[in-house]
Amino acid sequence: MLGADNFDSRVLGDGGVDMLGELKTRALALVEKLEQGDFPGASELIQRINEARDRSIYREVGKLTRGLHEAIVNFEIDVAGSEGDNISHMANAQERLDYVINLTQKSADKTMDMVEAGIPVVERLGSDAKTLHADWQRLIRREMKPDEFRDLYHRIDEFLGQTGSSSAILSEKFNSILLAQDFQDLSGQVIKKVITLVQEVEDRLVDLMRVAGQVEELTGVFSQVEAVQLAPARDVVAEGPQINAQQRADVVSGQDDVDDLLSSLGF
Amino acid sequence: MKILIVDDFSTMRRIIKNLLRDLGFTNTSEADDGSTALPMLQNGNFDFLVTDWNMPGMTGIDLLKAVRADEKLKNLPILMVTAEAKRDQIIEAAQAGVNGYVVKPFTAAVLKEKIEKIFERVAASQ
Repeated sequence: MLGADNFDSRVLGDGGVDMLGELKTRALALVEKLEQGDFPGASELIQRINEARDRSIYREVGKLTRGLHEAIVNFEIDVAGSEGDNISHMANAQERLDYVINLTQKSADKTMDMVEAGIPVVERLGSDAKTLHADWQRLIRREMKPDEFRDLYHRIDEFLGQTGSSSAILSEKFNSILLAQDFQDLSGQVIKKVITLVQEVEDRLVDLMRVAGQVEELTGVFSQVEAVQLAPARDVVAEGPQINAQQRADVVSGQDDVDDLLSSLGF
Repeated sequence: MKILIVDDFSTMRRIIKNLLRDLGFTNTSEADDGSTALPMLQNGNFDFLVTDWNMPGMTGIDLLKAVRADEKLKNLPILMVTAEAKRDQIIEAAQAGVNGYVVKPFTAAVLKEKIEKIFERVAASQ
């Protein structure tokens, strides 16, 4: 039921204040008719009061309908994709984020491939150097026989050559690793686009909600929203990596905090 | 020493596998979810489990609880390596019987220290 409280100029718009004045005039006339015992007259006045109220409502509903239509159209253009696009912008956002996952996966794999290829090269260099060094020490201590020395002579030559080629291999791996970090730039650009998209969706939803709120005010129909019950399924909800750990009291900021927490509880 | 590494991101499994190899543990297997890990543990004679928390099928915390509830597996040493950093979660894992909790991002030194500590305690209790 419409109460006088709901009829304020914000809801009724320009005609609102006039509306109230008109209604008041007619209401006073109605009371007069009733006091005179003029039932048909009173009936007709009531009819006209209803009509005046209805006209006002129709005008406002018309305005709101247009407003709602506009908000929905904007939403579709920004979010669901206009007729020219093949896919909605939300699907677009999902594709972009999938792209980021794939890109970072590939870069990580490539980097680790380079590292895993480099490790045996370094290990071999290290162990050969160690063996040669031990023999060289023997030479220094004059513990080496002439034919052993001839052998060492050749092994050192080989080792120096190996060091040269190992350096070249490792340099190449390092360069590849450096280049594989390009994912940051590419994924950063894509993520920025998604942030923009999400912002647009949020703006459109706010528009829709604003218009829906006006409809509710006009009709006096407020949807019964029960207190939102958080799903009790899990008491502790996993949140993934913490972005602003220092701003939250219920989150630890690093391994040291974890260790402190556990030992304070006796674990 | 047979170790099972469980994480839904192959990148992380590879990192942990390499770190374990550096520490001398070369006998490692992998699973991408708690649901695939549990049967592997039940059939596989593993000595150590390293698991993430957030996984789409069966989460790490549920895997932990399932292992502790299994008569054959209940004493398996378990290390959680995860991005989950809420106090409630750490406490829940500890109460469910996890042997160590490492938060991501982590260093090789931290991983080494936690693994060594777990095995020290296992040895001491035997």
